[in-house]
Amino acid sequence: MNLKTWLLAATALGLAGAAHAQSGDDVIKIGVLNDQSGLYADISGQGSVWAARKAVEDFGAAAKGMKVEVIFADHQNKPDVGSNIARQWFDRDNVDLIVDVPTSSVALAVNDVTRQKNKVFINSGAATSDLTGKACSPNTVHWTYDTWALANGTGKAVVQSGGKTWFFLTADYAFGHALERDTKAVVEANGGKVLGAVRTPFPGTDFSSFLLQAQASKAQIIGLANAGGDTINSVKQAEEFGITAGGQNLAALLMFVSDVHALGLKTAQGLIYTDPWYWDQNDNNRAFAKEFAAGNKGSHPGMTHAGVYAGVLHYLKAVEALKKEGKNESDGSVVVAKMKEIPTDDRLFGKGTVRADGRKVHPMYLWEVKKPSESKGPWDYLKLRATIPVDQAFRPLDQGECPLVKKT
Amino acid sequence: MFELIGIPPQALFGQLMLGLINGAFYALLSLGLAVIFGLLNVINFTHGAQYMMGAFVAWMLLNWVGVPYWGALIIAPVLVGAFGIVLERLFLSRLYHLDHLYGLLLTFGLALILEGLFRSQFGSSGLPYGNPLPGGTNLGFMFLPWYRAWVVGFSLFVCLATWFVIERTKLGSYLRAATERPDLVQAFGVNVPRMITLTYGFGVGLAALAGVLAAPAYQVSPTMGSNLIIIVFAVVVIGGMGSILGSVITGFGLGIVEGLTKVFYPEASATVIFVVMAIVLLVRPAGLFGTAK
Amino acid sequence: MLKTQTPILAESPAAPPKAASTTGRDLMIFGGLLLLLAAAPLVLYPVFLMKVLCFALFALAFNLLIGYVGLLSFGHAMFFGGAAYVSAYTVKAWGWTPELGILAGTACAGVLGAVVGSLAIRRQGIYFAMVTLALAQMFFFFCLQAPFTGGEDGIQGVPRRPILGLIDTTRDINLYFVVLAIFALGFLVIYRTIHSPFGQVLKAIRENEPRAISLGYRTDQYKLLAFVISATLAGLAGATKAVVFQLASLTDVAWQMSGEVVLMTLVGGLGTVFGPIVGAAVIITMQNYLAGFGEWVLVIQGAIFVVVVLLFRRGIVGELAAFLGRRT
Repeated sequence: MNLKTWLLAATALGLAGAAHAQSGDDVIKIGVLNDQSGLYADISGQGSVWAARKAVEDFGAAAKGMKVEVIFADHQNKPDVGSNIARQWFDRDNVDLIVDVPTSSVALAVNDVTRQKNKVFINSGAATSDLTGKACSPNTVHWTYDTWALANGTGKAVVQSGGKTWFFLTADYAFGHALERDTKAVVEANGGKVLGAVRTPFPGTDFSSFLLQAQASKAQIIGLANAGGDTINSVKQAEEFGITAGGQNLAALLMFVSDVHALGLKTAQGLIYTDPWYWDQNDNNRAFAKEFAAGNKGSHPGMTHAGVYAGVLHYLKAVEALKKEGKNESDGSVVVAKMKEIPTDDRLFGKGTVRADGRKVHPMYLWEVKKPSESKGPWDYLKLRATIPVDQAFRPLDQGECPLVKKT
Repeated sequence: MFELIGIPPQALFGQLMLGLINGAFYALLSLGLAVIFGLLNVINFTHGAQYMMGAFVAWMLLNWVGVPYWGALIIAPVLVGAFGIVLERLFLSRLYHLDHLYGLLLTFGLALILEGLFRSQFGSSGLPYGNPLPGGTNLGFMFLPWYRAWVVGFSLFVCLATWFVIERTKLGSYLRAATERPDLVQAFGVNVPRMITLTYGFGVGLAALAGVLAAPAYQVSPTMGSNLIIIVFAVVVIGGMGSILGSVITGFGLGIVEGLTKVFYPEASATVIFVVMAIVLLVRPAGLFGTAK
Repeated sequence: MLKTQTPILAESPAAPPKAASTTGRDLMIFGGLLLLLAAAPLVLYPVFLMKVLCFALFALAFNLLIGYVGLLSFGHAMFFGGAAYVSAYTVKAWGWTPELGILAGTACAGVLGAVVGSLAIRRQGIYFAMVTLALAQMFFFFCLQAPFTGGEDGIQGVPRRPILGLIDTTRDINLYFVVLAIFALGFLVIYRTIHSPFGQVLKAIRENEPRAISLGYRTDQYKLLAFVISATLAGLAGATKAVVFQLASLTDVAWQMSGEVVLMTLVGGLGTVFGPIVGAAVIITMQNYLAGFGEWVLVIQGAIFVVVVLLFRRGIVGELAAFLGRRT
């Protein structure tokens, strides 16, 4: 067999196949790619699928003559699984938009694939601020939060309220390191001091040893640069070992309302953390949460779900606008450019914008977990401590080293 | 890494104590695994899932039926053990004549199913379980929560009792004999299959007991077992597969080794057990307390 | 208490006795398979097929060890993933061409295989599995800590440069045929190994090692060489996968990956020539098409394990062979 003949024949057939796939594609396909079965299934999972479908419904796609379909898959928090699914969705299933994607490593991989295939990626679940920094892409919008915003929100507020000395419990992987690094910068910029840090294997269950080291450092604040089960177990054990009773305070740098639910108020009370969206904040959010709970076995939405909803809605608006102008809405970078051009406006995040680096900006809020006596029942967990206005909530545009910004 | 000089002896005592506490969980879990392997020749990969079930059953008993922790300590192992017996009768008993590998794969599959079912029912972030013994005492070098002290004491008691039953009683001698020559023991009128079934149920019950003990200390979550199983597995291998005493001593010992690593080289604390395992297996092939045959 | 050291293959169908006549048949089947694979991109997605091929090669390499020497390695991910890291790193950071990257990765896996193998072959049965597991966990830790692997993020965005300066690998279909050629090469190396005098000695060791020793064979050297070949080919598979997916990550070196390859081989049929290929295809297809079931994937996978172990212990190919054997 002549290899070259084979290659030529196959290439020709491949081209034919690709051409076939492109024709007659007037359906907008949205792929929700997240953790359906692991550590982060509660903060993303089926809830995000529901949120994406809800956004399509609220947008009134059917009435506007747009055919929109939502599919989903489980990336198991593995970058290779995630990038593989993304590739397949774009190449074979004609997916136009991928949303959610928690876990930073997977998000970065999907970011890469999306740029190659010139489609659209709206991230809501992942934390890494690199998505709008070094790794920023003309095809990506990062919606809900990032490590910089969390560090800035919680770090600044805690130092200003007197927590000058810090010790970090850092999950030993890229996300934990980034969170520690960003928070350290904020703490030091505001006159605080970092006394030390310990890197904990990820994922872990027993944090008592690390907590004891934190205790021995005599730092006022123990910063938890971790997420999910790690955060839950460290908070739980800090209470058990009398760390919090001994006068040291915990600062959970990344928490979700579902984590508070999993901990219970008795253990979680008094924790301070940063979150852009809480279901009980206003009437719009409460209405959304009510609908969400009805569709998700009574559980309540968190910020990532809200981000998926708002992101999908904004995407559909951009596509609609492009259609009206007669432009090509299957070109991912064109759609994202449109998303940056028109202001965002939705019932969950209100009015806002998407910046040149792909960062969606909105105010962030500092929350305190209620005491059990203050709570009226399940899911009534947070009270507002402070609002971080929109111009301070995220990393300034010129500090992210995003190549897209330098050009403009 | 070079903080050795900077660490005062009190802090070191504290870390040793914590190591012992974690060792208690390892010992209890590896004990069950060792009993099952010793008497059934099955590597029970479902052990982690059964540990998780113990914790969840304790949670359900508390929240659905109102049975407190102390009741769950007895009821949960019995329920999960009975469930283990069902598994043994339905599936495992068909595999005894085959290689270990098949038992391992079957139990691995079962573990995946159980974990998946619990996750779809209870979510992935887990559930809170209140501490039945709040408070603690200041030992001077550390604050020791009462609950942790109870865990160490109680699991030590259970481990020793199990060792005593298997090595020092008539029942235990039947069990050991049945593993050597099931045909002969059967001929003496002992119902060997039933004995094996009950042994599996007992081993599973031990896992569930560890789960109940873990519920107030750790988060009750569907993945709590799968994170632990591979470490516990290593403990059993280091102690010598099937050696009851070996698994108990190794469990506590490795808890301490791990605790010390958490001070000197925290990043490696999840890996140190495998370093020990590699060295032990290369120097003493049958494990620290195993007998090579 | 480990008195029952039954060989793992006690139950599977022993390799057909008429080795000479089966060679022709096997190669014919393989030729047919290659033709089928060459035509497959017409209907199936090439990246998916490449994944299947990479894992099939990985499973074939693993099967060489368990199926023909009777050694269950529970640490093969370290060769697969280690090679993936090396090939991804050399291509991305040093600007090497993919073929050089793949060669570098494969070579490193071979060297690693020699080191690990020389330690591990001193033990047998479950202890061999445990030594490989322990060493693989240490290697995992190394990959987690070493700066060049990129930690949790892995090495991403590995460029797809032209192979041999000729073949444009940015087109999936071109790359597919390169991967197919690598796969075919790997298969033939393994096939040749099994059917050589060397392979006969390996089988003798599997059946009865003391007897092989008494016949004057230095079994340790045979076992070590088999281990190195297996590790090298596992590395070839991993290095190729890194080029295809432009990514090397911790998933590739984690113990779950070692477990996955055991599963593939078992489902396809331990110790059969084509079993690992079928097993890899079945498992990858399952992961691919079950992804839409979200949270139920693991439950379904678990159920398939249970069914295979209870009902189809010889694996798909093994059962098929037994069925055909009964018919004729």
